[in-house]
Amino acid sequence: MSKQKLSTVFMNGLITENPTLRLLLGMCPTLAVSTAASNGVGMGLATTVVLIFSNLTISAIRNIIPEKVRIPAFVVAIATFVTIVDLLLKAFIPVLSKSLGIYIPLIVVNCIIFARAESFAFKNPPLASMVDGLSMGLGFTLALTILSSMREIIGNGTLFGAQIMPASYVPMTLVVRPSGGFLMLGILLLLVNAVAGMFEKRKLAKAEEEN
Amino acid sequence: MNSLMMIVIGSVLVNNFVMSQFLGICPFLGVSKRTDTALGMGMAVTFVMGTASLLTYLVETFLLIPLNLEYMQTIAFILVIAVLVQIVEMVLKKISRSLYMALGVYLPLITTNCAVLGVAVLNSREGYNLIESVVNGVSAALGFTLAIVIFAGIRERLASSNMPKWMDGFPGALITAGLMSIAFQGFAGLVH
Repeated sequence: MSKQKLSTVFMNGLITENPTLRLLLGMCPTLAVSTAASNGVGMGLATTVVLIFSNLTISAIRNIIPEKVRIPAFVVAIATFVTIVDLLLKAFIPVLSKSLGIYIPLIVVNCIIFARAESFAFKNPPLASMVDGLSMGLGFTLALTILSSMREIIGNGTLFGAQIMPASYVPMTLVVRPSGGFLMLGILLLLVNAVAGMFEKRKLAKAEEEN
Repeated sequence: MNSLMMIVIGSVLVNNFVMSQFLGICPFLGVSKRTDTALGMGMAVTFVMGTASLLTYLVETFLLIPLNLEYMQTIAFILVIAVLVQIVEMVLKKISRSLYMALGVYLPLITTNCAVLGVAVLNSREGYNLIESVVNGVSAALGFTLAIVIFAGIRERLASSNMPKWMDGFPGALITAGLMSIAFQGFAGLVH
């Protein structure tokens, strides 16, 4: 695969087909861990690592897996890497492991990983699949970072644990509650849709001008 | 008995899987356009979550712990769930045609429903015994059903109303879910 194509694959995951903001995959971890920016980044990077390696593995063995048992094969490959990440986090970053809690084993059922295994890694060579895993993972991390920063700033007045709002600011605790997760993600998607709509309009106008 | 009652109230209302723990959001957003399909999904999930709680408890107590393989929990549980869903699908197809027609389409989706794996992992982390695990599994699934049916009812109404262009679809649905979640927060005082 040429360099040009790899960079398209990369931008695809990060922006155009951002898994969270455009494809609406992986909503459970997005909502659950986005109460603080550090959790959001941690979750995003853990998922990225799993995505890169599961994509690589599945792509490498794609020619020997029979079509019929591909789903169980994906599950085993993904679960293996999730277990590795889980154990590594427990050993080296216990604080993060504790605050993400049950959502680390649940990376197994994150639809982003399944979707990429099925729609990309099973059909493409290993290198491209790794790039796809990296970019989808970073796209997920980007979305999680934006959402969790919004929630931490508004709901707690801090960012990555550092006070950034003036002392007189009264934090809106609703935003870090579960209901605030739904509301803030709704608002974020609304903004993304609005911006995407504007870009599309401009593209259409440009195309018309050229005609 | 008392503690079982607390588990039921806790899982159905206070720590509702969808509204406060964010488990099972994909089907919650995906299969909630009509109340009858939402109810079908809820019933299928209830059955699978009850059985999965039972099986994963047995696997953990009689297989993983004696063999010192607790770190294999995630892999073992997801395999149990995938196999269970497959068997349920085959059995339903053989025994009851009508039930299969009603629930069949939702079954493949359930393997990747994080509520099922979630309840299995939570049971093990909370240290529930066999009965508590099954009760917790079933009541968490009933809580899921309650939330998805109410949500589908609201979305049916929303579909026929005039929404701002960018609000239409997911943003609107998420904000609706947020308002519902605020209502569920009102149950927080029921269990300590």
